[in-house]
Amino acid sequence: MLKSSSFSLGHQSQLKMKGLSVADADLVVYVHPSKSRKVSQAILRELSSLLFKFNEAFDGVLLAYDVNIQDKQAKILSGVHPYFGLRLKANLLLFSPKSDMLLEGKVVKLSQESIHVIILGFSSAIITAQNIRGEFKYKTKDEEELFASRSHKRHVIKVGTMIRFLVKSFDEEILHIIGSLMPAHTGSICWLDWNLEEISEFDRSATKSRGREWQEDKTFEGTTPLSYNNHIKKSKKHRITED
Amino acid sequence: MGLELPKYPEMEEDNFVNFTDSEIVSHVKDALTSVLSGDSNSYNQLVAVMHHSKRLAPDEVALLETTLKALGGAVSCIDTTLHDSLLSAIFSMSMWNYGPHVADALAELIVSLAISNGKYLDLCLGMLVSNFTPPPYFLDKLKLPRGLERKGQVLSLVHAAFKKISDYIPLAPLRLSNIVLQGMPTIYHKDRAIVIYVENMLKLESGEIGELVGSTMLMAVVDQLIELDLEIGWDAILQDDFSKGIFEMELEDVDEVEESAEQDTGEFRLSRKSLAGNSIAELLDNLLVLTFEHLESCERAGRLAKVFETLLQSFQITVMSAYKSKFTQFVMFYACALDPDYCGMRFATMLADLFVQDSHPQPIRMSAVAYLASYLSRAKFLSASLISSMLKRLVDWCLEYGKTPDGDINPNAHRVFYSGCQAIMYVLCFRMKVFMDVPRLKMQLLMPMEQILKHKLNPLKVCLPSVVEEFLRQSKAACLFTVSKTFVFDGLLESELSRAFGGLERLDTFFPFDPCLLKRCDSFIRPMFVFWSMVKPTYDDAYDDDNDDGSSDDELIQDFVNENEDIMDDGVARSFDEQGLDLDEFDCALKKMSITPKNGFSYKFGGGFQEPTRMPCRIRPSTSPESL
Repeated sequence: MLKSSSFSLGHQSQLKMKGLSVADADLVVYVHPSKSRKVSQAILRELSSLLFKFNEAFDGVLLAYDVNIQDKQAKILSGVHPYFGLRLKANLLLFSPKSDMLLEGKVVKLSQESIHVIILGFSSAIITAQNIRGEFKYKTKDEEELFASRSHKRHVIKVGTMIRFLVKSFDEEILHIIGSLMPAHTGSICWLDWNLEEISEFDRSATKSRGREWQEDKTFEGTTPLSYNNHIKKSKKHRITED
Repeated sequence: MGLELPKYPEMEEDNFVNFTDSEIVSHVKDALTSVLSGDSNSYNQLVAVMHHSKRLAPDEVALLETTLKALGGAVSCIDTTLHDSLLSAIFSMSMWNYGPHVADALAELIVSLAISNGKYLDLCLGMLVSNFTPPPYFLDKLKLPRGLERKGQVLSLVHAAFKKISDYIPLAPLRLSNIVLQGMPTIYHKDRAIVIYVENMLKLESGEIGELVGSTMLMAVVDQLIELDLEIGWDAILQDDFSKGIFEMELEDVDEVEESAEQDTGEFRLSRKSLAGNSIAELLDNLLVLTFEHLESCERAGRLAKVFETLLQSFQITVMSAYKSKFTQFVMFYACALDPDYCGMRFATMLADLFVQDSHPQPIRMSAVAYLASYLSRAKFLSASLISSMLKRLVDWCLEYGKTPDGDINPNAHRVFYSGCQAIMYVLCFRMKVFMDVPRLKMQLLMPMEQILKHKLNPLKVCLPSVVEEFLRQSKAACLFTVSKTFVFDGLLESELSRAFGGLERLDTFFPFDPCLLKRCDSFIRPMFVFWSMVKPTYDDAYDDDNDDGSSDDELIQDFVNENEDIMDDGVARSFDEQGLDLDEFDCALKKMSITPKNGFSYKFGGGFQEPTRMPCRIRPSTSPESL
């Protein structure tokens, strides 16, 4: 049994992706007397039972916690409940996707009908064909299915691509997200990021008006998205193991 | 529905009109979306196709397969409320009814549905779980080769589907394990349905998502076993012979045994008989065998140690807390037998830990020590060094306990102590000879025993008379120590005092690894099991040379010698000699030169040493006059 007595969102994440937040919470955990020998174990078990589930009190999914027991005193509840209440301070990592939030995830399956994405390694999302903007065209290239942008040749989404998409709805029970690729600032992350840089790069080289150098730079830039992609993957894995 | 066969484009495939996959998909999509506009004609045809199940003509099969595939491409158009009749038709389909192609298409559709929307996930998983068991009419066909083939196809499809779904929805296994647990058939279901369901659970455990759901599955299987176990009452086994004995008894009716040499003897057979026809016992037998086979496969795959941790946990939670579990504990026994070095030791250590820690409740400690005693006595695969080290822990604990000075005989207050003493004596009834033959063990283990047994809490008086009697008899023969007081037991199984320390739960008479009464299960356990008939009591030294076969003791001694070669240079031979010299008591020598005719012995044991496997299992400290 767990009760949150107060709950405040802390630093709303320097994390790049929206939807993740770190929160400070004052909690009261009610422990059964039979667990009184191993209180800290009981507390951890209680908190662990909340992991990867949507919790209304937190308004999000608990991904990780760090807990401090406030004092050695516990409040024994009188009456029929023999439980005793322990006050805790906990640091919580929460995932709370909301409509119109931008999330990032990895494409695991792609067909003409839909794109399936996994976010942070545990939550799944689907983007159906009607939520993919007309710019993207479904193709098969060398037996590989992909969505390619009609206006930007390099903008391609296929299995393994990290994409940024908009949340349309979130099923709190299954942690299933319905997403959308309608807005222009959604799509393959490496293309989006690279595109931004390209534009600034373009500005710079335009002022210097040295086209050839720009060409070289571009090829150089062309390699960054890959390494950036790797970086994302790594940090994601890291996060999962931490969890 | 009373509809005619729908005129589907794909129907016309026979007429050599070719449609591409995407055309069919778009047709199905149209049918699905047209419901919204009020035209449900083609949608109804779609639903009707789903309802075809039995004895399909080839074109119907083709139609069904194409429709399922097309639906798989059009899942995004399916709406929970608009198309609920279609969904319920799909979810009520059983893969067992169709050939491989249709079943394959169905599995694919289910996967696409599950990952298309969170709302369908539970339903889809539930549908797959319901395919664990065949429809009732198919149960009889399961034994036939065709039935087996179908079973293989369906189960591999179902399990592959789980894997695919969890690839796309990482949290799906979490929900799956809940659904599997909720879908467990109760024991009142058809037997075979439970067996195949449990088979699936074990398959999940060893499958690709076993990492995530495995331990839950294994624990649930053990729970199911214990539930069945408890359904079989002790009275079904013991009948009205309870007064005669749990420590039940060797060859009561020798004549009868000889007449029916083919069968198992004594109480063993009687109990079997009383279990026969008990459908729950049969079911439990089958499930245990299934679990044993699973453990074997785990061993082959090299993951037994991991699985064993889960088993240990569930043993502590369910088996130990169940009142006198009768059969389920053999899962542990078999796992230990498969890997004596790791699992065998881990199990014994866990039980000993439970016993010696004050923090555990008394009944748990007592039942732990009962399991330990029975395990150490019955497991053929244990090394002498393990047995001795475990016994040493018990002896040390008892010695330590004996130091707290209070009072007199009090079965109730010192029940844990008495159960410890009884455990030591019980193990020694089986293993004393081994320890006698190794001087070091004799010094370390057997000598301190005297201090415990002659303690003023007087365990000899309180513990089960039948155990004490056999123990005293053996220790007297081994010249270990003698008791001044004469104990008159009159072959009583239990006494007022033993009952008192056993408490309401009667843990005094709990010997969990007594021979397994389930037939198929027993055939697995038998080769690793020490029957009382295989034990060489110390008072039978005179017959050593003649009756070497089938005895586990010699192997044990040999093992121990091998393990400790540096300690004991010359091995057994010397220790045997020494024994003769050390124990220079006349009494003992006389015993060794016993004039009791040999055939008297073999008569008494029904020739069991020649055929140990035929022997009855429950031991009886012999009370017949000639042996006294």
